[in-house]
Amino acid sequence: MENNLENTTNNNKINIEYSQFDSERMRLNAGPQHPSTHGVLRLEVELDGEIVTDIIPHLGYLHRCFEKHCENSNYNQIVPFVDRLDYVSAINNEFPYVMAVEKLAGIEVSEKVQILRAMCAEINRIANHLLAISAFGLDSGAFTPLLFLFREREFALGILEKLSGARLLYNYFCPGGVRYEIYSDFKKDVKVFIDSVRLAMKEMEDLLIFNDIFIKRTEKIGLLPKEVAINFACSGPVARGSGINFDIRKSAPYSSYDKFDFDIPVVEPGKEVVGVSGDCWSRNWVRVKEIEESCKILEQGITLLPDEGSVTDGIPKKLKVPAGEVYCKAENTKGELGFYLVSNGSDKPERVRARATSFVNLAILPSISKGYMFADLIMILGSIDIVLGEVDR
Amino acid sequence: MTIQEIYDLLKIHFNDDIKEITDISNGDSFITVNPANIFDILQFCRDYETLDFDYLTLISGMDSGENLGVVYHLYSMKFKHSIVIKAFVPKESPNIQSVVYLWRAADWHEREAFDLIGVVFDGHPNLIRILCPYDWEGHPLRKDYVTPQEYHGMKVPY
Amino acid sequence: MENHQFLFNFISEYTGDILAGVLIAIIPLALLLVYALVAIYGELKIASFIQLKLGPMRTGKWGLLQPVAEVFKLLQKEDITPDGADKPLFNLAPFIIFLGCYAALSVLPLSSHFAPSGLNIGLFFIIAISSLAVLGIVMGGWASNNKYSLIGAMRSVSQIISYEIPAAMCILGVASMAHSLDMNVISAQQQGGFWNWYVLGGPAGISKIWLIPFTVVMFIVYFVTSLAETNRTPFDVPEGESELVAGYHTEYSGMKFAFFYLAEYGNMFVVSAIMTVIFFGGWSSPFGDFLNSPIWQIFWFIAKSMFFVGLQIWLRWTLPRTRVDQLMYLCWKILLPLSMVCFLAMALGGMLY
Repeated sequence: MENNLENTTNNNKINIEYSQFDSERMRLNAGPQHPSTHGVLRLEVELDGEIVTDIIPHLGYLHRCFEKHCENSNYNQIVPFVDRLDYVSAINNEFPYVMAVEKLAGIEVSEKVQILRAMCAEINRIANHLLAISAFGLDSGAFTPLLFLFREREFALGILEKLSGARLLYNYFCPGGVRYEIYSDFKKDVKVFIDSVRLAMKEMEDLLIFNDIFIKRTEKIGLLPKEVAINFACSGPVARGSGINFDIRKSAPYSSYDKFDFDIPVVEPGKEVVGVSGDCWSRNWVRVKEIEESCKILEQGITLLPDEGSVTDGIPKKLKVPAGEVYCKAENTKGELGFYLVSNGSDKPERVRARATSFVNLAILPSISKGYMFADLIMILGSIDIVLGEVDR
Repeated sequence: MTIQEIYDLLKIHFNDDIKEITDISNGDSFITVNPANIFDILQFCRDYETLDFDYLTLISGMDSGENLGVVYHLYSMKFKHSIVIKAFVPKESPNIQSVVYLWRAADWHEREAFDLIGVVFDGHPNLIRILCPYDWEGHPLRKDYVTPQEYHGMKVPY
Repeated sequence: MENHQFLFNFISEYTGDILAGVLIAIIPLALLLVYALVAIYGELKIASFIQLKLGPMRTGKWGLLQPVAEVFKLLQKEDITPDGADKPLFNLAPFIIFLGCYAALSVLPLSSHFAPSGLNIGLFFIIAISSLAVLGIVMGGWASNNKYSLIGAMRSVSQIISYEIPAAMCILGVASMAHSLDMNVISAQQQGGFWNWYVLGGPAGISKIWLIPFTVVMFIVYFVTSLAETNRTPFDVPEGESELVAGYHTEYSGMKFAFFYLAEYGNMFVVSAIMTVIFFGGWSSPFGDFLNSPIWQIFWFIAKSMFFVGLQIWLRWTLPRTRVDQLMYLCWKILLPLSMVCFLAMALGGMLY
């Protein structure tokens, strides 16, 4: 491991003086306004012809002082900020934050709320993965899958909009419960949604996932070995694509996830469908399989979710958080999202620290994309599935 | 392993460097350690057979008034246990050993702690700002931080 | 005064020729412009059909005026020349690219009685003139003073020059069977029904059956090659928007961008027309003498060409993009050997029949 580190530690060295560089190498600035950096990420790429020899990520173009804002807001006011971290999976962001506050304040949450929260998180996870898969296809030049999967994503957003009143940044969970009661057709909508997602994914496997050109573009690209992935603290589909069986929903079940029966799709070495474990295709394949698992959870959720009982009753009139500190984690759509919350007993937190998943996952990019072509760099970045709102916070 | 067992184990190997265990009933208890020896302690945590903390979840810096705190959240993939280790460094000389050579995940976390809190990680290969602009002055998450009025001629507070 | 007199004499003597020249130059241009409008509309509507949406619906009935609106939009746009650009080259590049595709139109026989220029080395002329586009691309890419443009131009040059070889093999194969490079002659040979087309072995009776696999493969090779030569998906690496923003025309705007656009669609038509002539009978009717008058021949020619343009659009909205090294691999290791084998077979066919 030490040798491996030695090789990769020089990656992030910043050289402001361009004259030092070998004149045969080309410095290319990909971003912050580039169609495929998934936001305002700036990659300073050194190219030898078409081959990437060095990458320096420059972050911070979307830095909105999340942690500073949190120190000046009370606990309920932070929930909208949390939404805006990973804005395509906002519900999943609220989850660990709300759990952290509940743990600090000692609030018990009813079973109905727990199941509803898990269901919302899974609907949101499907929405995120649909976007991730289709955007990954777009990176490879396939435009049509994007619009195909956006139709299904629209259903997911519609359900969440009916629940919370917002389409993208929900502000739905709050310590003690959720903000609004479930609407009457919720279960029916979820059923329709599951069916349409399954159909769409079947179509997608024919159109994109098992397309020869797509496979050629993604297999054996951006190899991330298991040990390196652990050392970089990767999580989510990035880690599971490298064969690490790590999912917080299973390893430390929170909320109501111990009531559901589902599998964790892992691409283990020797059991690959296409390519090798740890390549771009595997990371994408994990997402494809996870959509099916989320559908399973939703199906069980429909039967588990009790009809009677209120989901808004448990919300305390005034939130009192005693002094203490807690680190609460949950399986976000992109991996482990955690909030380290320090309370000093007042109505505002002393410190809120987010373990932003994309931020941690993005750190592997310089190490795994050197020596590939520039077009592959885009694919590797797409397969990590970052959201810049979370990276820059 | 529970936090008490880990504390006892660390105490045997590092006696005085391991200061105390702070119990928090409504959250995660943590162990406070001597910052001067942090690299060895964390290396022990990573490599010791029954600890095996191979997964560095998070490094956070925090401003605790007179000191700057560095909080390490560790997790073990194998044993599925976790631990919180804290070290406090004085504000005048906020230096602490970098753990990049133990976990590469520490790289960006340490840069962020340096950027926002101002903890200096000795031995970090590339300790520069990560979220703020490279020529930003001051460390915004400190409690005594005053927002500058101007940055390159642009008004900062809206 | 004497000079003027000479000029006057010259004009009065050659009025007919000059008029004819201007007219004949205008016809392909008008054809190209009208075609471009149709192709843009077709691209939008086919894309919408594939992507389960309606496409343009607001401009006119079914959005029929959308391409016109787009042309006016491009006309209105500010014509930007970047500061660091090499201005003469930058301004010249789109017109050179357009010239390549416009000049290629001059030898296409729209019907047995009308070809703008009845050149007896038409195919050879087309191979030569379509290489001119490379010059324009590399000029534009270099003069833009943009690294994305430069990489795009370099990719494009390597791609187009490589793919010219299998393309030339395909054209040569047919030429050796037809014993001619005149596109009108080649079209005329394939009259009398679709079984006389060169994609099905040419007009040689029942004994040509052994040749059919080779000619079909040759056609597929040429189709793939034509996609690459026009920078269309799955071979649009020079302008792959997810990597190179827009490739060699990143810095262009307004009318100059419109010329790139026009040239791309024009090139699609040219390669489709070549495909029509050398493999699908050119202007000849697929049903023997049925509907084979010179006017109908124009219809057949355009219909066949548009079919292949539609096929290219269909592929574009279905397939992902290849990588630049895979593209080269495909050209040198697969298409070139295949086309050589087929060329040998077709040359043998040319000797026998």
